[in-house]
Amino acid sequence: MSATPPAALAGAPPRSPRPYWQGDRLFRATTRAAACGLLGLALAMGLLLTLAARPSIDAFGWRFLISSAWNPVTAQFGALTAIVSTLLSTAIALAVALPVALGVALFLEEICPAPLRSPFAMAIELLAAIPSIVYGMWGLFVLAPLMADHVQPALQATAGRLPLVGRLVAGPPMGIGMLTAGLVLGLMILPFIASVSRDVLAMVPQALKESAYGMGATPWEVVRDVMLPYGRQGLFAAGILGLGRAIGETMAVTFVIGNAHRLSASLFAPGNSIASTLANEFTEADGDLYFAALIELGLILFVITFFILGALQLWLRRLERGQGGR
Amino acid sequence: MNKPAVKIAVRGLSFYYGDHRALEDNTLDILAGQVTAFIGPSGCGKSTHLRCYNRMFDLYPGHRAEGEVLMDGVNLLDPAVPALTLRQRVGMIFQKPTPFPMSIADNVAYGLRLQGRISRTELADRIEAALRAAALWDEVADKLTEPGTALSGGQQQRLCIARAIAVEPEVLLMDEPCSALDPIATAKIEELIDQLRGRYTVVIVTHNMQQASRVSDQTAFMYLGRLIEVGPTDQLFQNPRRKETDEYITGRFG
Repeated sequence: MSATPPAALAGAPPRSPRPYWQGDRLFRATTRAAACGLLGLALAMGLLLTLAARPSIDAFGWRFLISSAWNPVTAQFGALTAIVSTLLSTAIALAVALPVALGVALFLEEICPAPLRSPFAMAIELLAAIPSIVYGMWGLFVLAPLMADHVQPALQATAGRLPLVGRLVAGPPMGIGMLTAGLVLGLMILPFIASVSRDVLAMVPQALKESAYGMGATPWEVVRDVMLPYGRQGLFAAGILGLGRAIGETMAVTFVIGNAHRLSASLFAPGNSIASTLANEFTEADGDLYFAALIELGLILFVITFFILGALQLWLRRLERGQGGR
Repeated sequence: MNKPAVKIAVRGLSFYYGDHRALEDNTLDILAGQVTAFIGPSGCGKSTHLRCYNRMFDLYPGHRAEGEVLMDGVNLLDPAVPALTLRQRVGMIFQKPTPFPMSIADNVAYGLRLQGRISRTELADRIEAALRAAALWDEVADKLTEPGTALSGGQQQRLCIARAIAVEPEVLLMDEPCSALDPIATAKIEELIDQLRGRYTVVIVTHNMQQASRVSDQTAFMYLGRLIEVGPTDQLFQNPRRKETDEYITGRFG
């Protein structure tokens, strides 16, 4: 706010600064402590993970990242399968969830009749509140058989005949595997993305939409030309939120991914994400090296998440600048 | 001097927000090529009246208009008149500038592109013509690819005017177009309105009586959803026929 004119201060009795000053100092100290504490926690986490993973880092070096070996008996470990499975299942999840979530958000914001709006919105919030293990069980008992009996054979009968693409859908249709894990993950993150996207779209000024309608634009043209570009940063953030949830999701993935340390070109083949490997094997890691290898997997997930979120943040900031700030 | 033709004839126009009646039996003629100003206290229905001319209320369930708004003899409240083509004939400028989240050139080209395919060179010509007509060309000629949101408030509002006139509408509706602008930007917009006179039929809503008296040929005074008095601007301000008009323009209420 603007400064008080000095003339007004001159006549006023000097105000004791103490109560104000002390409260302010306390406020500053507590907020600073909280922020620094959080930063320290993140640093400590990275440090401790690195220390605990030392035996594995010493034994395998960078080879750990590019080796797909995973043999506790011979004590040979590599993270490639887990890294690929994690990224692939997350990518499938986003590919499925993003368009659907955007559609849901647009429907709720633009098309849905007012009386139906809040029941719909509530249903979405409810979906977001379901524990992930429930999604995992549903994936295993409902979705996996459905995939095995109908979806996968159908895909093999069609896309399977194509060159190159065919390899993606090769192998026995078991139901569980990368594709199913990606779909369950996608379903899980969908309500989050939809809910945030809806808030973003609701922030588009009514006058902006009206001026597009005023030019003779149809509802679809208003969405495409005005609402989506206006909200792109927020929509992007919604996607990041979904990504962050999907990449570290454990229970739901463990149920349906198949838990096999094997790299395969086929989306039907079982895999093993970092999180699901940890969940499955942490209690049975008997050797020091085995334990350290698992810890190193955790460290890798930590680093991947950090870098993906960091890169997206940077990109977002560049986008903001490009738009010239509104 | 010939009496100008009637562009829009409003006959018995009433408007309802659900059960609430916001306009009551409005009747007046908007003359072609002239600037008509609507004045009146806040909430008297000026904007509501204006928004009937391009059926903007269609967007909201429960909003409905009764009576007739005849543009060139055709009742544009008739659902058989498509709102999309109507809005290409009747442009609108809003209180706050509403540049679309795209470049300056794309903003101006927006309406033209909606109307169909258009060649690159013709598009460039029309963009330049519209920006010149909106007195903005000299300021933005070298930054057409920059975002429209990067301009100042006054420039943004002139961009919106350029965007509206790029499609050569017959009528321009302005809903308090200067209320978010500083005095210098306001003066530029007023000068622009003066230049648009004759080429376009301009209808402007304003809460600023000086502005109405400066820019308009004809003024309509509204109060509580009714049209109290309509007349040539000079006559209405200097010699109002109705007591309410006199009280409002002399600042005794409103």
